[in-house]
Amino acid sequence: MSIYVDIEKSYGTFHLSVQLDAGDETLALLGGSGSGKSLTLKCIAGIERPDRGSIVVDGVTLFDSERRIDLSPQERRTGLVFQNYALFPHMTVLENIRAGARREPDAKKRTDSVDRIVDRFGLGCLTGHTPAMLSGGQQQRVALARILVSEPRILLLDEPFSALDGHLRHRLEDELKQVIESFGKTVVLVSHNRREVFRLSDRIAVLEEGRVGAVGTREEIFRNPGTRSGAALTGCKNISRIRRKGDRLVEATDWGIDLFVDAELADDAEQKEYAGIRSHDIAWAGHANSGNPPENVYRFDVLDEIENPFSYTVILRAQGQSDAEPMQWDMDKPAWERIRTPSVDVCLPPMSILLLKK
Amino acid sequence: MDWFPLLNSLRIAGISTAFIFFAGLFAAYYIAKTPPVVKGLLDVVLTLPLVLPPTVIGYALLRILGPNRLVGAWVLHVFGVRLTMTWWSAVFATSVVIFPLMYRTARGAFESFDETLAYSGQSIGLSNTYIFWRIRMPYCRQGILAGTVLAFARALGEYGATSMVAGYIPGVTATVSTTVYQLWRTNDDALAFRWVTVNLAISFVVLLAVNLIEKSNEKSKPDRYRM
Repeated sequence: MSIYVDIEKSYGTFHLSVQLDAGDETLALLGGSGSGKSLTLKCIAGIERPDRGSIVVDGVTLFDSERRIDLSPQERRTGLVFQNYALFPHMTVLENIRAGARREPDAKKRTDSVDRIVDRFGLGCLTGHTPAMLSGGQQQRVALARILVSEPRILLLDEPFSALDGHLRHRLEDELKQVIESFGKTVVLVSHNRREVFRLSDRIAVLEEGRVGAVGTREEIFRNPGTRSGAALTGCKNISRIRRKGDRLVEATDWGIDLFVDAELADDAEQKEYAGIRSHDIAWAGHANSGNPPENVYRFDVLDEIENPFSYTVILRAQGQSDAEPMQWDMDKPAWERIRTPSVDVCLPPMSILLLKK
Repeated sequence: MDWFPLLNSLRIAGISTAFIFFAGLFAAYYIAKTPPVVKGLLDVVLTLPLVLPPTVIGYALLRILGPNRLVGAWVLHVFGVRLTMTWWSAVFATSVVIFPLMYRTARGAFESFDETLAYSGQSIGLSNTYIFWRIRMPYCRQGILAGTVLAFARALGEYGATSMVAGYIPGVTATVSTTVYQLWRTNDDALAFRWVTVNLAISFVVLLAVNLIEKSNEKSKPDRYRM
């Protein structure tokens, strides 16, 4: 079970050029709005037609511009779940799910599979309701049931939680994870939400301006997103331009400080134009006055502090660098309340410095 | 009172509305998918009967369907049937006049349709025919119903093109509107007034129906459900 995608499509000034492949796993397309992630999904489902390229799912060619293959959405059997779930508003829950089973010619089998899926998703008491009477989570369950009963080759999920309230998401993520696991085939998930992507996917492709910026396991992508927008999408708040000064040394020009970077990353620092550090990777160095001074310790002025429910975001600027860009530092609530000072020594550990392409 | 004109008007309006219902729907559906330039052009051409004087439409139809004209002469020659001056000739006239009403309301209704419903239908394997009749049409039913009733009402009252293409032959091609004109012309004021009353009553009922449909549309608009 697999998917292979290599497509190009121009949309006015926007140019989409995406290469992807995935096996029996969940591949997440992580990208901001306008990155082309939803368009990619629509091309796979056959709603949009690529200008060039090919799409192969489970060995079946769905689209191939050179061989002039362009299967209809119905023939593709790619189960696309829309972000608003697209339930048929004038049909009941049961009728919606039955619509998904219409492809099965045998009436007995059809009824059986509908009954099974209704049971599995716990929709028994909702079968007579119309979509308008359901909560967002219930709508999502009906949409998934309707798709799965149609026996798709792969599952395509477009921003599955964007229509839901924040407090609902967590529980529904677990639910969706189970659905994905029991589906057991290729799943392509589109999202701009890094937490959602991290929880649900095995591998991540970062999409930016219609291109795949970086691909890797979710751990790799979150550890080293590779590109500037990849870093921003995975939640890196501090990004600065850099100038190379030595073997392991770069000047972070926006922050006005020099930084030692990890040797491993420094190897191919040639085309790296940015450095980033996550706000929780910055460490307090207030009592580091014994032994060898650790690298990348600087004194910063505290410009502001933003109180979050369980932490503070402290806004820092390198001391004596009034033109420098401020940085964000996440600090445990009690810890910051203990040390709260107008200027503070912090360490930007070399192993936490991300070197990024444009 | 001879009720023939009312029956004749009703059957003419009924047939032309039934015909235009499908023609208008399919024009609205397919023209929406054409490239913008073609769409703009077709839109103008198909809406033209709405603004043209009905006499111009009558004139154009006579130029095509008249016994000495291209289509009329051919039909007369091959089938031995005259296309003008029969009761059903009026169907041609009313159809052309009411087409834009149906076409435009159907188009407006289709434009409000959430296309993701059609896409998700395709994704689960529903045929395009099923999606059109079982998803798109129910979703847009109020707008389309209102358009149909409006087209029917307009067909009932059509005078200009009808009188040119079908004429006024009592008991043969007479409709309510041509009868009112004829009675007024022949100074039969009392009878003319009666037909005017009939006309008013029908129009009142029809407009009431349209309003009721639109009101129920507001109440149960399917896309009003929120997440």
